[in-house]
Amino acid sequence: MKLSIGPIQYFWERQQVLEFYQQAATSSAEIIYLGEVICSKRRLLTTDDWLAIGMELRQAGKEVVLSSLTLLEAASELSALKKLCRNDTFMIEANDTSAIQLLSDAGRDFVTGPAINIYNQRSLQLLARKGLKRWVLPVELGLDTLEDLQARRPLGVETEVFALGRLPLAYSARCYTARSHNLPKDDCQFKCLDYPDGRMLKTREDQAFLILNGIQTQSALTHQVLRLVPELKALGVDVLRISPQSEDTFRIIDIFDAARRTRHTAPLEEALVKLLPLGACNGYLVQQAGMNYASGAADDL
Amino acid sequence: MELVCPAGNLPSLKAAVDNGADAVYVGFKDDTNARHFAGLNFSGRTFEKAIQYARDRGRKVFVAINTFPQPWGFDRWQSAVDRAADHGVDALILADMGVLDYASTRWPRLRLHLSVQASVTTAEGIRFYYENFGIRRVVLPRVLSVNQVAHVIKESPVPVEVFGFGSLCVMVEGRCLLSSYATGRSPNTYGACSPASHVRWEETGDGTNTRLNGVLIDHYGEGEKAGYPTLCKGRFQVGEHTFYALEEPTSLNTLSILPKLKQIGVRAVKVEGRQRSPAYVAQVTAVMRAAIDHCMQDPQGYRPQERWMQELSNVSEGSQTTLGAYHRPWQ
Repeated sequence: MKLSIGPIQYFWERQQVLEFYQQAATSSAEIIYLGEVICSKRRLLTTDDWLAIGMELRQAGKEVVLSSLTLLEAASELSALKKLCRNDTFMIEANDTSAIQLLSDAGRDFVTGPAINIYNQRSLQLLARKGLKRWVLPVELGLDTLEDLQARRPLGVETEVFALGRLPLAYSARCYTARSHNLPKDDCQFKCLDYPDGRMLKTREDQAFLILNGIQTQSALTHQVLRLVPELKALGVDVLRISPQSEDTFRIIDIFDAARRTRHTAPLEEALVKLLPLGACNGYLVQQAGMNYASGAADDL
Repeated sequence: MELVCPAGNLPSLKAAVDNGADAVYVGFKDDTNARHFAGLNFSGRTFEKAIQYARDRGRKVFVAINTFPQPWGFDRWQSAVDRAADHGVDALILADMGVLDYASTRWPRLRLHLSVQASVTTAEGIRFYYENFGIRRVVLPRVLSVNQVAHVIKESPVPVEVFGFGSLCVMVEGRCLLSSYATGRSPNTYGACSPASHVRWEETGDGTNTRLNGVLIDHYGEGEKAGYPTLCKGRFQVGEHTFYALEEPTSLNTLSILPKLKQIGVRAVKVEGRQRSPAYVAQVTAVMRAAIDHCMQDPQGYRPQERWMQELSNVSEGSQTTLGAYHRPWQ
């Protein structure tokens, strides 16, 4: 089973991004997804910067995938996507149907990210005919559905599971980070830069509930499937995705690296949970509310 | 511009037809559609009566089968498609690629519309569904500004339908998991957002709490009217402020931009609300009919009438309306 580093969901300073990928080059993750997936106004790195980072990571032996924007609205965003899809140096992760169309039109293989709704066999088969080489299980689906889909998976298609990270829950036209500062999206003053792990939204009784990340809404809890790694391996899952957080991502990758080599994940989980800013959840994979945290042996979940 | 109105039962369908809807959209009584609520929707004889009622009066019936089946449920979505096709409905409104693939293969002559739940916001995305499944109309998510809608229409291979009135989803439809994060049930998987089964109203010493699976969505003081705890329309704390962090309880209302929608080539305007009462359907349909007729006859002279705005605001969430993402500053 391989490990991947998903695209950075947040808006980080340029230097922080460059340093992050220097560390990624020597990490035990085999696959690295690069690029801006949330907001086209986040441009501290240009397409050429991303390509340069990609080349360095490739030289370090990594498989590099360029991730496309998740919600396209402006014509300029579609133009940028077209340009991205014309570049054939790296495989593309399509995060929107526009990208699937452009890539399949061009006869290019592609990956689909977690926001592409592949909920059943027929969708998976259709996309396999279009050039799908790897898909990420939509995060709200559970092990039972994954098992069904794995049982009749098209040949040559790899399965990736979102294994650790704040859950990408929703996308909007509205920028919630700007709104939380009483600013319109068109004059957001790049407030996202102040929140390298997103801005917390709490209920009126102080329960950490959601994270505002520009136009994206995430879970406040960090989804993590460490204890289920042996089950995912048994189901033939090919890749586990770690979604970057501003601190400790590489310690987390080390823990998952250890987890893929053992059946005894419990001691590792103790160490892992300490690295998560607001605690863990894993309900989705066991067919529950996503915010639930089911502990105990995997068989009992 | 065609007027497409919702119906969750036969009286609502009749209300829509009698008040001037060109088409009415309905769903079956199960999780194959995105308004899967107890006591709502159509089956058996009622479905036949609904189609007959509309057809006798020269109106169309569309059937929404717009949730995302998982492998163990796929048969149910297939039979929903077959049932609708057998009854000769005017169009299916579909979202899932697998269901679209089935419907376009099994019923190649049946008219397919792409549901808002498919989250398509660009002409390239529309082209994917057009080339693979032959869709003949697309319903756009409520995330584009009017200028962006105009751009999509210009490039789209098929006509475009947009939302004209009703409860406002502030997240792009089909990609919002907030409800299943809190409750395990989402529009995609279950056909309901913030489901009533998980709602709790709680009297406190100083008012009312509304909860969704235990999560406090809002607190209302004495004398404040408590609203249904739709997750994205609660008051939360961000930094030092407590406010409607995602969106106020409000409804979309496009009466003021109808001439613009006409001018950019919108083919159909849709009203949200299959879960609402026949009285809501009657009232909204009548206002939208009058407004569209005025707009078509005299786009330059058209102004939304005060009476229409009042009637729509009376049936709106929180009694207020917005242009939503159509109007750039909202974003």
